[in-house]
Amino acid sequence: MKEIILRYVQPYFPQMTIGFVIKFIGTIMDLCIPYILAHIIDNIIPLGERRLILLWGVLMIFCSVLAVSFNIIANRKASKVASDVTEVVRHDLFSRIMYLSHRQTDQFTKPSLISRMTSDTYNLHQMIGRIQRLGVRAPILLIGGIFITFTLDTAMAMVLVAVLPLLALIMVYVSKRSIPMYSGLQEATDRFVRLVREDIAGVRVIKALSKTDYETGKFRKINQEVVSRERKTGMVMAVINPSMNILLNLGLVCVIIVGAVRVQNGTGEVGKILAFTTYFTIILNAMMSISKMFEILSKSIASGNRIWQIISAPEDMGVLKEETAPESGHVEGEESGALGALSDDSYEIVFDHVTFSYLPQKEPNVNDISFRIRKGETLGIIGEIGSGKTTIINLLMRMYDADQGRVLVEGKDVRAYEPRDLKAKFGVVFQNDTIFEDSIAGNVTLGREMNDQQIQEALLYARASEFVEGRDGKEAEALNIKGANLSGGQKQRVLIARALAMKPAILILDDSSSALDYRTDAALRKGIKEHFQDTTLVIVAQRISSIRHADHILVLEDGNMIGYGTHEELMKTCEIYREIGKSQMGEGMPEENREVAG
Amino acid sequence: MEKKRYSKRTILQLGRYLFHYKWLLAAALACTLGSNLFALIGPRLTGYAIGAIEPGKGAVDFERVFYYAGWMVVFYVASAAMSYGLQVLMITISRKVVYKMRQDVFEKLLTLPVGYFDIHQTGDIISRISYDIDTVNASLSNDLVQILTTIITVVGALGMMVSISPKLVLVFAFTVPLSICLTKFITGKTRPLFRKRSAKLGELNGFVEEMITGQKSLNAYGREAYTIGRCDKRNKEAVDAYYRAEYYGSIVGPTVNFVNNLSLSLISVFGALLYLAGGMTIGDISSFVLYSRKFSGPINEFANIMSELQSALAAAERVFRLLEEEPESADLPEAAVLEEVKGDVSVEHVRFGYLPGKTIIHDLSFAAHPGRLIAIVGPTGAGKTTLINLLMRFYDPESGRILVDGQDARKVTRKSLRKSYAMVLQDTWLFTGTIYENLSYGKEDATMEDVVNAAKAARIHSFIKRLPQGYDTVLTDEGTNISKGQKQLLTIARAMLLNTRMLILDEATSNVDTRTEIEIQKAMRKLMEDKTCFVIAHRLSTIRNADLILVVNDGEVVEQGTHRELMDKDGMYRKLYQAQFE
Repeated sequence: MKEIILRYVQPYFPQMTIGFVIKFIGTIMDLCIPYILAHIIDNIIPLGERRLILLWGVLMIFCSVLAVSFNIIANRKASKVASDVTEVVRHDLFSRIMYLSHRQTDQFTKPSLISRMTSDTYNLHQMIGRIQRLGVRAPILLIGGIFITFTLDTAMAMVLVAVLPLLALIMVYVSKRSIPMYSGLQEATDRFVRLVREDIAGVRVIKALSKTDYETGKFRKINQEVVSRERKTGMVMAVINPSMNILLNLGLVCVIIVGAVRVQNGTGEVGKILAFTTYFTIILNAMMSISKMFEILSKSIASGNRIWQIISAPEDMGVLKEETAPESGHVEGEESGALGALSDDSYEIVFDHVTFSYLPQKEPNVNDISFRIRKGETLGIIGEIGSGKTTIINLLMRMYDADQGRVLVEGKDVRAYEPRDLKAKFGVVFQNDTIFEDSIAGNVTLGREMNDQQIQEALLYARASEFVEGRDGKEAEALNIKGANLSGGQKQRVLIARALAMKPAILILDDSSSALDYRTDAALRKGIKEHFQDTTLVIVAQRISSIRHADHILVLEDGNMIGYGTHEELMKTCEIYREIGKSQMGEGMPEENREVAG
Repeated sequence: MEKKRYSKRTILQLGRYLFHYKWLLAAALACTLGSNLFALIGPRLTGYAIGAIEPGKGAVDFERVFYYAGWMVVFYVASAAMSYGLQVLMITISRKVVYKMRQDVFEKLLTLPVGYFDIHQTGDIISRISYDIDTVNASLSNDLVQILTTIITVVGALGMMVSISPKLVLVFAFTVPLSICLTKFITGKTRPLFRKRSAKLGELNGFVEEMITGQKSLNAYGREAYTIGRCDKRNKEAVDAYYRAEYYGSIVGPTVNFVNNLSLSLISVFGALLYLAGGMTIGDISSFVLYSRKFSGPINEFANIMSELQSALAAAERVFRLLEEEPESADLPEAAVLEEVKGDVSVEHVRFGYLPGKTIIHDLSFAAHPGRLIAIVGPTGAGKTTLINLLMRFYDPESGRILVDGQDARKVTRKSLRKSYAMVLQDTWLFTGTIYENLSYGKEDATMEDVVNAAKAARIHSFIKRLPQGYDTVLTDEGTNISKGQKQLLTIARAMLLNTRMLILDEATSNVDTRTEIEIQKAMRKLMEDKTCFVIAHRLSTIRNADLILVVNDGEVVEQGTHRELMDKDGMYRKLYQAQFE
């Protein structure tokens, strides 16, 4: 929280200072009014001059006008500062989230990132606005009020001051109890939101299994917990107002008694007792504002810390300096044995004894992977679930850094690239890739600069034109969230168009034709081969038919390379591959297959 | 005008929630009355006490001073006690209302047609069930008391002041209309602004949620800066809408004070003049000043409350609008409960489109007899997923009908209809909970043995066993500890556990590699015995054993028959089949 203030609020200190000065003047004006009242009663009335009374009355109204104008100006300034600060904080937070490494995103979890970006920044916004408004006014009213009462009558003021420590005691007690209650409440609320989010995602399953009653029950439980925590917290906070009221009012009674004694002795004046009663109200309100501030603060400090945690998250995937990633692959070549000269520029992709695990100190997810692909060649990757296919893609695109070994693209270590330059080489469709709520064209470009013709071509080669043409809005047709108004196959084709659009050097399709029928899949691959001859292709698939024509096929099992070669070679040498082939082509290769294959 | 009626309706709807707790509310009302009336007596007593002091040096009537001071203590303590009671009551009521509202919204969500969630951002829905309801409730627990307090205090204080000096009360003939005008002006300005503020924030939250969810794709194309730019635009809009609402909203506080101060000034001047004319004592002025503070305070506070009510109403409107969404059509009153389903499904001349006028299934008919395996194949976008939506009654056909065991699906309860299907969808869905809970989700009375058997049949048992906590392993949101394929296997196991006569598989096997799939198929085949199965898959090896293959194109079944029949026919199926070897 401290860091947020230093970094984001500090630049606004000059502006805030101006606001504070204005607010200060306005508040002092507010304080002057009861003072004038006491003056009229004690000093002017005895003179019996109506003209003077009217004059002082006009002065009071003048003070009121000044007070209202200055306070409004100051409040608006405060709102402006709060909005400006929030805008910058949100920007920085969102930017940091966008650039978090995947390891970090895994760690923080996406729902948590979303709630930091939404509810926590909102809390911060409210806090900055309110603290500026209350933060100046309340203390000034409090201190100013006490100060003025002292100038009016020291003895009576002492009574008032004696009450304040008691008030402070109550406030400390309440905030001490409420802060942990608030964080407990926040946790319960997080769980509450998580359940709603989850159920929205799974609404089809819930309905299909008729589990609405069960989910309602689950929700009831968490709802009850949140509500009971809210209630308990509220009960603690509810102590503040009545106890403050009672303390100050009892103080007021004491003031009257002390005042009576003072007047009796001739050391006090009646008008002053009167003014005192007004100042009491002002001080009471100021105290209430301060206690409200504590409430806001305790809520937003937690939020501020959660925001800062993300903004200050360290950059964990830096760019390697050239000298630490030597290009002289010939030296390395000796170690890498059969692979020979690794950094040969003619190889588009090189994996050199790569080992990686998502969780540190756990069994590696991919183990000692080595292969080399030339420009324009096709690599097929096949293997069981969890065998590490997607992990290879993640490492190739530097979503994660390898624990051991190196990944080279165009002869250069991926860690030595500027992230932008590296990413520019790829076109990729992930498993479960995202369609955004945007037009079809918007989903293809993702905001990259390209003209209409490029979009059309991408849609054509991705075999998406056929259905896009059938849509009312053509490529301008709006897509729903997660592409809900597209079928699985249509989604995949839009995603492939996105990948093809910039004519990438390396095209990666991670199990991205699973929802396409064989015919579309085959036509798609054929089209890519024809129109993207220089593009190196990496296809992760479960169907052998999708990769059988690849120049190299990598067979994975439990993160290990158990086969590497062409379809024909692997059919001879790799038992697992042969087994997969059999299961997909059918045991006895029925006649109709032979007919076609032949 | 339209808007105005809308807020009126919103207030009525809110009122209905409160009315549930009318006795608690009555108690709260009593406490408000008591605490405020007792507090109102205070200034009068202060005035009397000051009156006793007024004679000045040496002439103070101490007996009377102590007498009044004593009563002041009594009333103030009583007032504070009652105001604490009031707060406790209000917190209790507002919590009950919030609880009920959240529960209503949640239950409503589960009755909405599935299409609702395709076109509404999750972030926006969550925004309604959390922030918006919170705003409504904050306003309920504070503002309601404030309004009551205001009314009581205003009426009480006015009465007191009239009894002290009817002439001086005329001051308020000037300040009260002034504050009413100001209030009207401010609320008129802020109402649409607060509504916009809520909407813009909801938009930003929805955007953020979508982008963070799709972060990997954005990252892969280096679109971070672009996305940040788009976020900035929405952020700016949200922040500006907030500022514009505050710009007018922040007038309220100072204006309250202004009218307050103005009244005080006028009272001082006229009070002093009246005193000179012999119409008032200093004690009277003192009481009057205190009452005027109490009087104009709440009246102006009213403006403050109104601005809070504005944002609460805007929020309530969003909540109620969700509650007013059209739910799935209710079951017919005479709807029967499907029992002992045999699994005989026939689809007769079904016509359907998601949007009116956009028909995607024109005329679909087929029959699926008990125990048969129906495979549905066809090019992408031919309407295969839609078929499942219709079978499960996520949507009803425009014309034609679907019969289950000879009963029209629309004439049985949705619950019993859906319960008679087991389903594995393309999108795997698991919730935060243990593996055991996730697997037994569709069948609460499942024993551990049943669950283990299902897991074994789905070939996921050995994986689960290897996890440190086995079946008690908690699956987390993002499920980073488990791959997509494993998730798929878990949902298959979940479906296996259901003892239904009908099974739906929607491309469920597309994430399982073929080796695993073959094994699953064997288990499935066993499980599918005597069950009617609808399988939608692109892998022809999966469906070669089907009893009936429906080749769907453009929403219509263009070919029907067994694998061999269709191969002989040399039609669309044969073409699709051959394509895999091209």
